[in-house]
Amino acid sequence: MKKNKSFCAYPYYVWMITFIVIPLLLVLWYALFKSENDSIVFTTEYIKRFFEPIYIQVFLRSIVLAVISTAICLVIGYPLAYILAGKTFKHKNMLMFLVIVPMWMNFLLRTYAWLTILEKNGILNQILRFLNLPTQNILYTNYAVILGMVYNYLPFMVLPLYTVLSKMDINLINAAEDLGANKLTVFKKVVFPLSLPGVVSGITMTFMPAVTTFVISKLLGGGQTTLIGDLIENQFKVANDWNFGSALSLILMVIILLSMRVMTKYEQENEGGGLF
Amino acid sequence: MADLQLKNIYKIYDGNVTAVSDFNLDIEDKEFIILVGPSGCGKSTTLRMIAGLEEISKGELYIGGQLMNDIEPKDRDIAMVFQNYALYPHMTVYDNMAFGLKLRKVPKDIIKEKVQEAARILDIEHLLDRKPAALSGGQRQRVALGRAIVREPKVFLMDEPLSNLDAKLRVQMRTEINKLHKKLNTTFLYVTHDQTEALTMGTRIVVMKDGVIQQVDSPQVLYSKPCNVFVAGFIGSPQMNFSDAKIDKRADGTYIVLAGGGEVKLTEAKAQQLEASGFTGTDVIMGIRPENIHDEDVFLANSPDSILDANVIVTEPMGAETYLFLKIGETQFNARVNPRTTAKPGDNIKIAFDVSKIHLFDKETEKTIIN
Repeated sequence: MKKNKSFCAYPYYVWMITFIVIPLLLVLWYALFKSENDSIVFTTEYIKRFFEPIYIQVFLRSIVLAVISTAICLVIGYPLAYILAGKTFKHKNMLMFLVIVPMWMNFLLRTYAWLTILEKNGILNQILRFLNLPTQNILYTNYAVILGMVYNYLPFMVLPLYTVLSKMDINLINAAEDLGANKLTVFKKVVFPLSLPGVVSGITMTFMPAVTTFVISKLLGGGQTTLIGDLIENQFKVANDWNFGSALSLILMVIILLSMRVMTKYEQENEGGGLF
Repeated sequence: MADLQLKNIYKIYDGNVTAVSDFNLDIEDKEFIILVGPSGCGKSTTLRMIAGLEEISKGELYIGGQLMNDIEPKDRDIAMVFQNYALYPHMTVYDNMAFGLKLRKVPKDIIKEKVQEAARILDIEHLLDRKPAALSGGQRQRVALGRAIVREPKVFLMDEPLSNLDAKLRVQMRTEINKLHKKLNTTFLYVTHDQTEALTMGTRIVVMKDGVIQQVDSPQVLYSKPCNVFVAGFIGSPQMNFSDAKIDKRADGTYIVLAGGGEVKLTEAKAQQLEASGFTGTDVIMGIRPENIHDEDVFLANSPDSILDANVIVTEPMGAETYLFLKIGETQFNARVNPRTTAKPGDNIKIAFDVSKIHLFDKETEKTIIN
């Protein structure tokens, strides 16, 4: 006897339609239609405007900064996740706690904290001065933006990697050692290829927010570095050009969807491994 | 091909937990040794110490006469087969089997030859291009065996390789591994918790309990002459029946008086054995295997000194034989009788012990007095 319980899903349908489907349709509407002489006409004007050099430049800058910060997250995060996943590591819980605890704090507050560290007479420069070293003006540069991104998104890289690595069957590693592999070969041939699903989802979870951020670039970039997120925000809040703002969002969404598609396809084809 | 010596091997974990203590064993070249015992008895730990995956806390391990304590697993020239196969999901069957040879920089054509040969022996030639996820449990186990075979190691170590397979496949693979041992002519060390596997496969069996070796012997000797209550109960299925008993020496012979009620007279030979054993107490544990309890009229007529009254609780017809669950006095016994038996649950019947097959154990030390 199987009772039809699909009515339980109705509240979720309502929720999703109200807060996901309708807003998406609105974005689509604003991006592709405009009102002209009291009539509504289809237009690609806003989409086309994106391809003007000034906007392409902003877009490319966003991609480059996001790629760099994602790469740094991966380089820092992988060893950390590997250590955390180790069965014998004693201070595992403490370290895990330290990774997660900044996420309990407000995102804005975390980013503001860097202002006081990096500013001209901030903590960093005071320490440098105390050590008689030349002071650095990192604030309001791309470096500060990357730093902010890495700091904020590192846990999103570490957690999926940790999940994959800690679930890995220890016998796979034992078997490789027994078959004649040294530690480096075990990592190259077994551990890393098998952790690729974690790498892929770590990259996805870090790259997506990094490419769309506007708070970090605004606070730590000081308006010197406009990213695509800032551009979209400006269209809605300053320029009051909802159509272009929607067009930008739409393009970004399409690019993200495409890149996710490529990644998941790659993941499926390789059954979670096979770079080497 | 090599012999192994384990001398006073200990495994002590942090916090003084002793997993294996004073393990001594000489394994000859080409032997098929089985380590058997209940879970947590230290058998897998012992195997992993031989493989080098677990450090030896104390003692010495020699493979082919060479001290191995501080040698890396990759240099020990052993091949291990794991319970959950430990195949690499991102590699094809061929690559899985070739993995060890590739690491040793064996030329490609030789790798191919060896993998093909092993695949032929194991009958998995048609699976070489597949990934492990597309294989059944039995096929995966063959691949895992193949990965070990191509290495041509001095010693094969197998850690419960059949326990993830279903019953039918397990029986089949048991025979295959036996055949493989004959074909490869190499030393095999095999860990299992299944006493049937142990009895059917090993040339010698090591029975372990709580990290200590109980008895090392051939399957036949373990079955007929167990050294203590634990081995007697562990080896054999259904289990040996045990009952507390007292030895009562009377004018007409020596009697075993069961604690739950009933008594049987020892045969002359057994009584002499008991005399010769030097055991002077009276409190013993009597053990008798289910097949040595009979209900056939012919047997009853021939053994008037060991007839007992029994109440049948349950009968379990198994086809070729029938198991009777009996109550003799207050004690439960399990008998394995001819399927033509007429006994039904609730019946009061007469049964007889084959007294020449009775085992007596010291109640205090649980060691065997006579077998």
